[in-house]
Amino acid sequence: MSEKARSPRFHYDQNLAARTKTGQVWKVVFLGSTIIGILALSTLLLNILNSAFGFVAYQGKILPSTLAIEGVPLEQQTRDQLLTLLQTNLSNGAYNKLNNEKAFEDRSRADLHALVLERIVRYKVVESWSLWDSLTNKSEIKSLVASEFPDAELKFKSWLTLDFLASQQSSEAVTAGIRTAILGTLWTILITILFAFPVGVGAAIYLEEYARDNWFNRLVRTNINNLAGVPSIIYGILGLAIFVRALQKLTSGEMLGMVDPTSSTGRTIFSAGLTLGLLILPIIIINSQESIRAVPQALRKAGFGLGATKFQTIWAHVLPNALPGILTGTILAVSRAIGETAPLVVVGASTAISFDPGIFSRFTTLPIQIYQWTARPQDEWRHLAAAAIVALLAMMLSMNAAAILLRNRFARKY
Amino acid sequence: MTDNNYILKAHDLNVFYDSFRAVADVNLNILRNNITAIIGPSGCGKSTLLRSFNRMNELYAGTRTEGEVLFDGQNLYDKDVDPVEVRYRIGMVFQKANPFPKSIYENIAWGARIHGFKGNMDELVEFSLRQAALWDEVKDILKQSGLSLSGGQQQRLCIARAIAIQPEVILMDEPASALDPIATLKIEELMQDLKTKYTIVIVTHNMQQAARVSDFTAMMMLTGTESRSGTVIEFDATNKIFTRPADKRTEDYVTGRFG
Repeated sequence: MSEKARSPRFHYDQNLAARTKTGQVWKVVFLGSTIIGILALSTLLLNILNSAFGFVAYQGKILPSTLAIEGVPLEQQTRDQLLTLLQTNLSNGAYNKLNNEKAFEDRSRADLHALVLERIVRYKVVESWSLWDSLTNKSEIKSLVASEFPDAELKFKSWLTLDFLASQQSSEAVTAGIRTAILGTLWTILITILFAFPVGVGAAIYLEEYARDNWFNRLVRTNINNLAGVPSIIYGILGLAIFVRALQKLTSGEMLGMVDPTSSTGRTIFSAGLTLGLLILPIIIINSQESIRAVPQALRKAGFGLGATKFQTIWAHVLPNALPGILTGTILAVSRAIGETAPLVVVGASTAISFDPGIFSRFTTLPIQIYQWTARPQDEWRHLAAAAIVALLAMMLSMNAAAILLRNRFARKY
Repeated sequence: MTDNNYILKAHDLNVFYDSFRAVADVNLNILRNNITAIIGPSGCGKSTLLRSFNRMNELYAGTRTEGEVLFDGQNLYDKDVDPVEVRYRIGMVFQKANPFPKSIYENIAWGARIHGFKGNMDELVEFSLRQAALWDEVKDILKQSGLSLSGGQQQRLCIARAIAIQPEVILMDEPASALDPIATLKIEELMQDLKTKYTIVIVTHNMQQAARVSDFTAMMMLTGTESRSGTVIEFDATNKIFTRPADKRTEDYVTGRFG
């Protein structure tokens, strides 16, 4: 064997230790990133929970003890005694108004008792504490309340209650609820989905399956990607110009003869839903395009090979197989829309609404409500905001869960 | 032999991918109820030529076809011919079995349904599966996904699916290249059964397969010096191609004396 033919000696394992070490360092870095993420999320959750529960000191305008009739305290009074209390303590106008809403004869004792507390005693929050304070400084809080607010009642309160979910808005933190905001969010999201899903998927089908690869279509595709990154406030301004102003006749319900008595402008749930629809349209288009592109070309060929038209092939094979991906993208997009605040402020979300909204009425949504409550100076509103955040998160998670179940039903392998 | 016996006639056929000419000046006559094999080295345009027989090339961006393909005397590339009709009269089976991710039953039924089939679907499904020699294996699992079958069964399912819409020609693009010898044998036997009813054109890399199954063989090869395009260099009865080829290049190829 000649000298040349012998292979040179390489030391392939020379830097093995160093390579292993580099790998371990990076592993720690990746673990660190995960831990930072988990910490941030748990801080967020703890922070919200900390505000959503805790001690509250209530004080009525009138002490309930002064309402005792012939020595019988308020809690033990009969239905008739409560009715007399209402009659004597309320103005005629207020009494008649309540009677018109629901006749007093039809009201239960519990209902009357609640009315007495709400209208006559009129509890107010004089001081409130976070969950952490309530758990760690219980005795201090008690002595503080005893010395500073001798007439107040101290109670451990969960700000998130069924009443909170079911009551209208109110100027009193004790009775305020998020019913209108939940309904507003649900209606808005319904319109957003009805608008953005078909339009987005349709556009994606056109761009992926029909559009030729020329400069114009490339420009369109690039710009859809850019649109997905446009700040949401700008969509709000767009929605204000198009839906609220230019299409006022449509969005106020005038064209359909469905004008809501509470609103004659275009600042309606319909406008808000369409605006959020515009906002998430690019996201839905991009995600749908990607899912459609991921359907194997072999399936299309199989369809065409059987003499199917393009539409038949898309409808029977491309879309069903792209649907899980399309739904995933839509879930993400809708989750984003549920939490949007800025564009709705521009489109004209109200905050104080004391009726159940419809499509063509003024509206508020959960994020708007939360934003508005956190901006108030009194502590108790921040507790309400925290409770509303829990409700918003729960709503978002349950919608996502529903959508994931739906997606898994459609999921197929190919 | 009269002209009528030729079901497909390619006449001065050229296929381009953008400016590259993949298939050049092909003249080829396909005899009815026979199996015609197209053989040749990789990249010589066999599949492209096959796809030009049912206008599948149009699904690939940038392809252009010149010349004509006469199907029963009608040029498939005439302006008033709808490619959808071409593809249902000239069916296709692909290299990789591609059943729909649906039930076995639905794989067969879908093609018939989109063409407005009004008859007894159960009968059609059974007939097609029997023709593809698959019925006995799947008659109890018709509701199962087509993807649950083995590779060879999947390919026969694809053949059954093509048969269900009663094409006149079945184009097969290396239908057995991904199958084991037993599954391959089944497909080959099936082809012999099918040729009494249909005309089959098959592209294959496997020369033994071409020699075993086909009646006629077209030998394709890259020619030209500057931009090399594929063309048919020899076309004759299979027997002759494999024993006494006229062209030296064919002889080299079929005897394995190539690179």
